[in-house]
Amino acid sequence: MSTARTVLTIAGLTLREASRRKVLRALAGLTVVLLVLSAWGFSRLSAESEFGTLTSGEARLVASQLLNLVMFGLSLIAALGTAFLAGPTLSGEIESGISLSLLARPVRRWAVLAGKWLGLAAFGSGFVVLAGLAQCLVVQLTVGYWPPQPVVALALLAAQTVVLLTLGLLLSTVISPMASGVVAVGLFGATWIAGVVGGIGEALGNDGVARVGAISRVLLPTDGLWRGAMHAFQDPAALLQFGQEMAGFPFLSEAPLTAAYLGWAAFWVLMIWGLAAVSFRRKDL
Amino acid sequence: MAADPTANAPAGAASVGASAAGDAGRQAAAQLVADLPPAPAVWCSGLRKRYGKRQAVEEVSLQVGRGEVVGLLGPNGAGKTTVIKMLLGLVTPDAGEAMLFGSPSADPASRTKVGYLPELFRYQPWLSAAEVLALHVRLSGVSVPAAEQREVLALVGLAERAGDRVGGFSKGMQQRLGLAVALVARPEFVVLDEPTSALDPLGRADVRDIVLSLRERGVAVLLNSHLIGEVERVCDRVVILDRGRVATSGTLAELLGQRELRLELTGVTPAAQARLAATGLVEREGDWFTVALPADDAEDAVPDLVGDLVAAGVRVHAVEPVRISLEERLLGILRDAADAREGERA
Repeated sequence: MSTARTVLTIAGLTLREASRRKVLRALAGLTVVLLVLSAWGFSRLSAESEFGTLTSGEARLVASQLLNLVMFGLSLIAALGTAFLAGPTLSGEIESGISLSLLARPVRRWAVLAGKWLGLAAFGSGFVVLAGLAQCLVVQLTVGYWPPQPVVALALLAAQTVVLLTLGLLLSTVISPMASGVVAVGLFGATWIAGVVGGIGEALGNDGVARVGAISRVLLPTDGLWRGAMHAFQDPAALLQFGQEMAGFPFLSEAPLTAAYLGWAAFWVLMIWGLAAVSFRRKDL
Repeated sequence: MAADPTANAPAGAASVGASAAGDAGRQAAAQLVADLPPAPAVWCSGLRKRYGKRQAVEEVSLQVGRGEVVGLLGPNGAGKTTVIKMLLGLVTPDAGEAMLFGSPSADPASRTKVGYLPELFRYQPWLSAAEVLALHVRLSGVSVPAAEQREVLALVGLAERAGDRVGGFSKGMQQRLGLAVALVARPEFVVLDEPTSALDPLGRADVRDIVLSLRERGVAVLLNSHLIGEVERVCDRVVILDRGRVATSGTLAELLGQRELRLELTGVTPAAQARLAATGLVEREGDWFTVALPADDAEDAVPDLVGDLVAAGVRVHAVEPVRISLEERLLGILRDAADAREGERA
C-alpha cells in the first residue's frame, strides 16, 4: 500500500517536473517546427502529383517514405527529450543532494525508481503519441494518405521511447547526469546506423553485413521497434509494387515485427530496469 | 532469564492444564516485553565504512535515547556525516549495525518517525516551499493537515514564501526549508547535519530555539554542528568523533569535569574558612579563593555558600564561575589524539 503510494507520488512528481522545466517547452517548440515544415513539404508533394509527374502509386510510396522520415525526426526528438530527462532525474538529484532528504523518508528505493520510470514513460509515450497523431493528421490533410496501422505504429514508437529511457535510468545510476544522456542518445544513434548498415547488407545479399543490424537490434531494441513502427506507417501496396527497387532504403521497412521480438523487447526493458534497481539500491548517497 | 513455565510440567499433564500454563507464559512474556524500556531513537554498533583506500568510519558505536539531545562533534573529515548517513540507511555500512526505534535502519519503515536535514540541502527547485512539504508528508505516510504544514513553515520563518518556487530561494532560505522538511512529519527523532551552516546569527538563534522546543516536547535530536557554543547550550550529551572513531563521549558534566567557583573575599573568619572547606577543595591566592563545587547538587551549592559566607560576616567582592568550555575540551581531546599518533610514529 505504502509502496504503491510512493510509486504514484514519485511518478506524479516526475510528470510535474517535466511539465515545469524547459524540456517540455523545448520539445513542444521542436515538434511544432517539425509539423509545420512537414506540412509544407507534403503540400508541395501533392502539388507535384497534381502536375502529373507522379503516379498515384508513386505518390503513396513517397508519402510513406516521407511520413517515416518525419516520424524518425519525431522519435529522435522524443529520444533526446526522454534521455536528457531520465539522466538528470536520478544522478542529478543524487549529485545535488535532493535525493538525501527524499530517500531518508520511509520509502523503498526501487519504488522511487519505479515512480520515476512510470512518470518518464507516461511523459515520453504521451509526447510520441500526441505528436505522431498530429503528424498523421497533417499527412492526411495534405496528401490524403492515412497509415494502415496507426495505433500499432504509435504504440511501437512509444515502446521505443520507453526502451531508451529505461537505458537512460540505468546509466544514470552509474554515471554522471550529462554523460548518461549523451551515452543513451549515442547508443540510440549507433543502433540506428547499424540497422541501416544491416539493411544495405541484406539488399546486397551480404550475410555478414546484414548480421550487424540483426545483432544491434537485439542488443538495444530501439531500432527494431522503430522498424516495426515504420512498417505500420507505410502503405503495403506501394511497397509491394516498388519494393525491389527500394531494397535497403533506410526509411522503408520490409517486414512487421515478430511476437518473439516484441517479447524480447519487453524482457529487455524488465532486465535493464532490474539492473537499474539493483544498482540504485547499492548506491551510497 | 525467565524460564519457560511449561518446561517443568510432567509429560502426561492434562492438555487443559498445559494450555493454561501456556497462556500464563505468554502473558508473562508479553508483560516482560511491555516492561522493557522503549528502544532508543537510534542505536548503532561497530559501524565501519571505507571509501576506496580511505577508512572513513571505523568502529563507531553510539546511541541517542528517546527525548535526548546529543551533539556530534569533530574536525572536518572525522566521518560525522558518513555516520549520520549510515544511521539513516542512506549509506550501507561495510560492517556493524544500526537501528532506528528498534528496527534495522535498512528497513524503510524504521524511518517513519525520523526527520532529516542533510548537510547538502537541496530541494526540487521547480516546486514551491509548500509543495516540497506536502511531498515529504505524502512520502512519510503520516497525515498532516495543511494548516499544520503552514505552521511549520512559519516556525522556520518562511510563512510568506510558501507559494514561491524553491529555485529562487537563497541558501539560507533553502536551509530553513530543509529544517521545515525535517520537522513536518511529526518526527520523534530529528537529525540535523550542520543546520546553521548557511544561516545568519538570527537564524542560528532560531535553530537553537527550535532544538530546545523539540527537547521540551520529548523529541530526540542528533545535532552535528561546528558551532560548539550552540552544542554546549542545547545538548544533553556529546559524542566526539576523530578520524572515524569515537574519541570520547558523555554528558557535558562528565566531559567538562567539576565546576569551580572563584571568590574575592575579605574579613574571612576561621568559621567562614571552615564553611569553604566543607564545600570542596579550597585554593587561596591573596583575597581570591577557588573552591571546587560538588558535581551532584550544583544548583544550590553557589547561593547556599554565598549566603552562609555573608551571614558569617565575610565581605563578598566577586563571585565567578570557572568552567572550561566545550571548545577547550574538544581541542584538548583532538590535540591529545594527534600527539598520541605522533608518539606512535616516532
